[in-house]
Amino acid sequence: MRGKTAVITGGARGIGESIAKLLAKMGANIIIWDVLEDQARATADAIARNHGVKTLGAAADVTREASVEAALDAAVKEFGGIDILVNNAGVTRDGLLIRMKEEDWDLVLSINLKGVWICTKAVARVMLKARKGSIVNIASVVGVMGNAGQANYSASKAGVIGLTKTSAREFAARGVRVNAVAPGFIRTAMTDKLSDEQRGRLQSMIPLGELGTPDDVADAVAFLASDRARYITGQTINIDGGMVM
Amino acid sequence: MSMSRDEIKEKVIDITCDQLKVSRDQVKNESAFVEDLGADSLDIAELVMEFEDEFDLEIPENEQGIRTVNAAVDFIYGKVNG
Repeated sequence: MRGKTAVITGGARGIGESIAKLLAKMGANIIIWDVLEDQARATADAIARNHGVKTLGAAADVTREASVEAALDAAVKEFGGIDILVNNAGVTRDGLLIRMKEEDWDLVLSINLKGVWICTKAVARVMLKARKGSIVNIASVVGVMGNAGQANYSASKAGVIGLTKTSAREFAARGVRVNAVAPGFIRTAMTDKLSDEQRGRLQSMIPLGELGTPDDVADAVAFLASDRARYITGQTINIDGGMVM
Repeated sequence: MSMSRDEIKEKVIDITCDQLKVSRDQVKNESAFVEDLGADSLDIAELVMEFEDEFDLEIPENEQGIRTVNAAVDFIYGKVNG
């Protein structure tokens, strides 16, 4: 991983931040794109201090091609090329389908699915030219199994899995691999708010008996991003304690 | 931006060699990108994008006319000086 450059979208905090930290620990230079510009900078600076790699935190709105193109130009100017793209930026706007607002559908699809396409389209051009690169998309097990209250989110994540397969096929001849990870229930600020009863119910659905951690997701992303996964493309790995088999 | 046909042809050949990893003497006026120079569909897409960037123009997605070096030069010449 040393000397490689990785872009992580939505990397200022949460699972994206864990991924950025792990890739940095393995020696990669880190570029964080996030709508939270100050937080992207702060996270990038902290990673540079702690891991001695080159970092850049920049504002990028993944739903807008012009914004991503501008961030990409700055990144290529500074780092020369991009070896790894982690499409992590995502949001939820949950609600039962029959009560869901159109704006909540559009927002989630726009960030979670269109955003992956926009970033892939932009960065792929650099990777295709270099004839190497690895893209890892963050999907979700609810994209595979569905989830009441997440019509928009599950549709967007199922879309990401399809997009992963098509981009893997289109880029394979150039040595650019595309894979996805599908996290299950991961311990985050959101799941910390659950009651003991709710958490107990969740855990009973998980064969390994506990919620996952952001580091569990980061480990799988790092593997797929690295040359150790050189013969793997178009795949989605579930990181869910065995919930979906 | 006004350019002569020869200037355009030089640049088209440069880009073609770079993109398709072929040597200059393989590229003739009548060379077809796919049949003669071994381009696949992704090569054609990348080639078109390189032409767009270099000559600052847009080539329609369904522009099937650009099959050969000559056709590309004609198309670009028409756009640039049109």
